[in-house]
Amino acid sequence: MSAPAGRRSLLGNALAQVGAAGLFLFSILGAVPGSLRHFRETVRQVWFVGAMSLVIIMTCGLFVGMVLALQLYYTLSIFGGTAALGTVVALSLFRELGPVVTALLFAGRAGTSVTAEIGLMRATDQLSAMEMMAVDPLAYVIAPRFLAAVIAMPLLACVFNALGILGAHIVGVSWLGLDNGTFWGNMTSSVDVWTDVVNGVWKSVAFGAVIALIATFQGYTTPPTSEGVAHATTRTVVSSSIVVLALDFVMTAFLM
Amino acid sequence: MSPAAVPATAAAGGNHVEVRGLHTVLGRKLIFDGVDLDMARGRITAVMGPSGTGKTTLMRHITGQLAPDAGDIFVDGENVPKLGRSALFALREKIGYLFQNSALLTDYSVFENVAFPLRQHLRLPEEILRNIVLMRLQAVGLRGAAGLMPAELSGGMVRRVALARAIVRDPRLVIYDEPFVGLDPIALNQVVKIIRTLNDSLGITSILVAHEFSAVRRIADHVYLIAGGKVVAEGHPEELATRDSPWTRQFFGGEADGPVPFEYPARDYALDLGFDGSKA
Repeated sequence: MSAPAGRRSLLGNALAQVGAAGLFLFSILGAVPGSLRHFRETVRQVWFVGAMSLVIIMTCGLFVGMVLALQLYYTLSIFGGTAALGTVVALSLFRELGPVVTALLFAGRAGTSVTAEIGLMRATDQLSAMEMMAVDPLAYVIAPRFLAAVIAMPLLACVFNALGILGAHIVGVSWLGLDNGTFWGNMTSSVDVWTDVVNGVWKSVAFGAVIALIATFQGYTTPPTSEGVAHATTRTVVSSSIVVLALDFVMTAFLM
Repeated sequence: MSPAAVPATAAAGGNHVEVRGLHTVLGRKLIFDGVDLDMARGRITAVMGPSGTGKTTLMRHITGQLAPDAGDIFVDGENVPKLGRSALFALREKIGYLFQNSALLTDYSVFENVAFPLRQHLRLPEEILRNIVLMRLQAVGLRGAAGLMPAELSGGMVRRVALARAIVRDPRLVIYDEPFVGLDPIALNQVVKIIRTLNDSLGITSILVAHEFSAVRRIADHVYLIAGGKVVAEGHPEELATRDSPWTRQFFGGEADGPVPFEYPARDYALDLGFDGSKA
């Protein structure tokens, strides 16, 4: 095969995947009303993808806040502006770092496990068994995981932000000696709930939906082999990371 | 579907399943080439044949998991390939299916696996549901394993749990895909008895895909032998066992030579090993 033909084939495959994923999204949305019959399964998935991700989200949030404060304190001190540390940290976290880093961690922690779980269910005929028992796998397996990700992602991003600010406080106030009142006072006066916090939450919801779509699509359509599941899991992380970063740019441009 | 499209025997209740002119090609391999089958209501019909001949594919056609390239498949008078998703699911509620690899839900316990179809379709009080599940597990000898997870079971036990799940809703048609694989002689004997008892006491129609002719001849009322994409022999198992046909002689006698090739098509053995004659 010639190189241009190969590129066309790659592009064609990629577009076909995007089209198939789009149709899959409509199938999921169509199955959501049916999945409300299995609400307990949705709650179980919120626990699995949300609560079980808390440790990594909290740990990373704390360290991201700490390193952010350290870097910003050094930079701001050059201009004598260390009083703005709380403001800059909060805005960075609420607007960008919170939703984006949480989404990347979420894709690695929860997205991969969802893909692997659904892929193995496909490989071991569990999804076919459900269909033979007249149970729609889209309503029982896919839609609850999709809803769980959409619910869990903004909550995890909020936890990430809170721990990030705590980390910044530890470094800025407790370690580097910034005044506690200045840290909180400047932050609360500069951060707007609607334009900063809520816009970040909307981003998290969109990232949760995209990651859930990619993870469930990859799992549902994976070839029923161990290699197929392994590749699908890898594709979930790679595709989710790229799409999250690209979507972040687009959403930021529209929300600013 | 128009009433005229329903075969007279199916509409009258004579046959539970009727297959007409089934053609299937998977990849480049011809699986079925004009297959016709009748599976009588309330009887046990066994489908036998060499490995890879399409027995499981036939079961997937009957249950609407796979659409054929051509042909009609009537189950309870309904043409399965023409059914929409909701009608197909309604039909499947009356069918129990034992998968070849059991397909238990690995995150659920034995009890919850058997209870799964009941929980999904019926709003039964927990006490009644528990009793039904335990009765089914007792029937396959695994009541004591109700709390175990599938990963803690042996292969034979997994198949018995899958059997309990397949029959838990008292379906009108049960399809057993290789029900005897991995069973020790005691369990095999029990499963044979369960299939026969269900059939006799509840009037269930059973379709059995199996290779174990000794078990099949004990319970089947009718056997189809499929090979090369066609039905090559059919009849009562005792009659088939004594029939002087190259197909039955080879298959039931387990002979390598005969109309069914044992070896997968390949180029010349000597050429594959690098002996092309010029080196001699």
